[in-house]
Amino acid sequence: MAIRERLSGNEAVAYAIKQVNPDVMPAFPITPSTEIPQYVANYIANGEIDTEFIHVESEHSAMSATIGASAAGARAITATSSCGMALMWEELYVAASNRLPIVLALVNRALSGPININADHSDSMGARDSGWIQIYAESNQEVYDNFIQAFPIAEDKRVHLPVMVCQDGFITSHGVENILLVEDDRVKSFVGEYEPEHYLLNPEEKMAVGPYAVSNYYMETKRAQRQAMIQARAVILETAARFEEMTGRKYGFFEEYQMEDAEYAVVIIGSAAGTCKAAINEIRNTTGKKVGLIKIRVFRPFPEEEIARALSGVKAAAIMDRSEMFSATSGPLGAEVRAALYQARSEVEVVNYFYGLGGRDITVSDFKVVYENLETIARTHVVTGMYEYIGLRSEQSEEV
Amino acid sequence: MKDTIEIRWHGRGGQGAKTAALLLADVAFKTGKYVQGFPEYGPERMGAPITAYNRISSNPITVHSNIYEPDYVVVVDESLLESIDVTKGLNPKGAVIVNSTHSREEIADKLHGYEGAVYTVDAKAISIKALGKNYPNSPMLAATVAVSKVMEKEEFLKEMKASFHHKFAKKPEVIDGNMMALELAFAQAE
Amino acid sequence: MANEKIYDRINEQSPWQDITEGNKIFEAATSRDFCTGEWRTATPVWDADKCKQCLLCTPVCPDSSIPVTAGKRESFDYDHCKGCGICAKVCPFGAIGMREGK
Repeated sequence: MAIRERLSGNEAVAYAIKQVNPDVMPAFPITPSTEIPQYVANYIANGEIDTEFIHVESEHSAMSATIGASAAGARAITATSSCGMALMWEELYVAASNRLPIVLALVNRALSGPININADHSDSMGARDSGWIQIYAESNQEVYDNFIQAFPIAEDKRVHLPVMVCQDGFITSHGVENILLVEDDRVKSFVGEYEPEHYLLNPEEKMAVGPYAVSNYYMETKRAQRQAMIQARAVILETAARFEEMTGRKYGFFEEYQMEDAEYAVVIIGSAAGTCKAAINEIRNTTGKKVGLIKIRVFRPFPEEEIARALSGVKAAAIMDRSEMFSATSGPLGAEVRAALYQARSEVEVVNYFYGLGGRDITVSDFKVVYENLETIARTHVVTGMYEYIGLRSEQSEEV
Repeated sequence: MKDTIEIRWHGRGGQGAKTAALLLADVAFKTGKYVQGFPEYGPERMGAPITAYNRISSNPITVHSNIYEPDYVVVVDESLLESIDVTKGLNPKGAVIVNSTHSREEIADKLHGYEGAVYTVDAKAISIKALGKNYPNSPMLAATVAVSKVMEKEEFLKEMKASFHHKFAKKPEVIDGNMMALELAFAQAE
Repeated sequence: MANEKIYDRINEQSPWQDITEGNKIFEAATSRDFCTGEWRTATPVWDADKCKQCLLCTPVCPDSSIPVTAGKRESFDYDHCKGCGICAKVCPFGAIGMREGK
């Protein structure tokens, strides 16, 4: 029987860490992820787990120590946010190219500048090219579930890639919600004992990690890394199926909400998807209009074919980005989805919105406006530009 | 009763409005509800105005935005009425509950024409009488439950007593005072 | 195969499928197999008669090419000596000279 609880997103991640009892956790505090190492330090001090907590002097060191521990053969994790992850930048790429199955709890927060502590996806979206698997959550329940699933995904022989488990800063990290926890023994048997095949502290095998790879090797190495990302797709789905057997909760690359007959769709990542669901229920109940939602769970590897298929029946779609990338064409999610649709020869009308930057709130009413806009676009076939904004103050009626 | 009750808390950093919102989520959770309790975060400064929120429902809650059209508003610090339009968006069928020594009529005059119910609770006096110190948040929590009826009085007091026993395991002498503060505030708001 | 070297299996002709995961190298001291002595344009010459076995030369050699056995230095390891000349500079007894070429 599941354990009925109410926890904040940070509490939920810390609780999952307690259940997994990883070998090593180097971490450095940064808002809004600070509570995670705080709670874990409490568990350790109370003797509830025997994780080796390493106090480090920066996030660069936190990720370096995590890499060292993982290469040595430990199940190693860390947690961070925003500028903290920016300081890990170099090490993120090293962790991925060394093929180390590290799990990072990322509490999404806008990157400076201007300095801001609230939620957006600029930290993780900036790291989307680092070679990490990225899994996002709508709610505290999802971040807990994703965190547990991250270990079998990262540690699978076909993958051996680090996994970033993302949740929206403050919105879920500090918001208390109902949650169903899995019993300790079931979590432990789900993630299993970590038994690395090759590791530095193995006296039976000589091994060197992270050698210099000249031009004659770098490109082949990157292609091999891509193969792991390709293979991760099957492992993510297998792990989700196993998780569903255990909990009854279903996960995939993305969630389709009211998409069976949808004519107008929103594609979005994170906590705002829940707000969008409330808007969908209201619109369907009051007007009967066929509105739906695709909530991206796995951004790396990106499920391009599946997304294009899921959108193939709609008249118009709004791709919603919670981070800026100053491209002339779109935000990061907009670029991926547009490319997927182009490759699928799709004729779906697409508009790309920026919303929620630096924690700007997005409401049920905002989503109603988005769906109204989609109706207009489907009717007129006019999209004002490559990208637009929701919730931006402007002198013009429409930003182009 | 509406399916989801939405509550907005106004207080100042350090007065425990956020804690009260989380406590309310806690007790409502224990009575079998789906809950949300969350603060609106900014730089944390003692005395600065802060806002916290609750959603309480019999069904799962997916909305993750702040609350702009609450059913109830709780004002933990009366001086906020001067600077903040606390009843903005407040459902006229709902109510505002203000920590104040003034009468409902006197407070109603400061509410920018809000036409719904106004309740006042002298949380400071209650807290000083029951605990000897000014902790306005527990009385305001009790008053909020009394006015919003998100749960029965007996249920609320039973769950609060259980959490006080847990929270004050090392100083059980303060439990009775805390329970008295809740009872007094409940009576005053009813 | 006991004597098989990593570059017998992975080298500059290997397709990406043959690259080890994360470029991990499952062998120790592989640098011994790379004969950097090949790069030398000047060669140190040791005069054993002048040498007092003070061992000042050994620790300054950047390529560990002055082997020491039982407290005494031996002849240069020309497979790895790059001919930098630091040993000649540091020798107080003129026991190391530099010769042009290999």
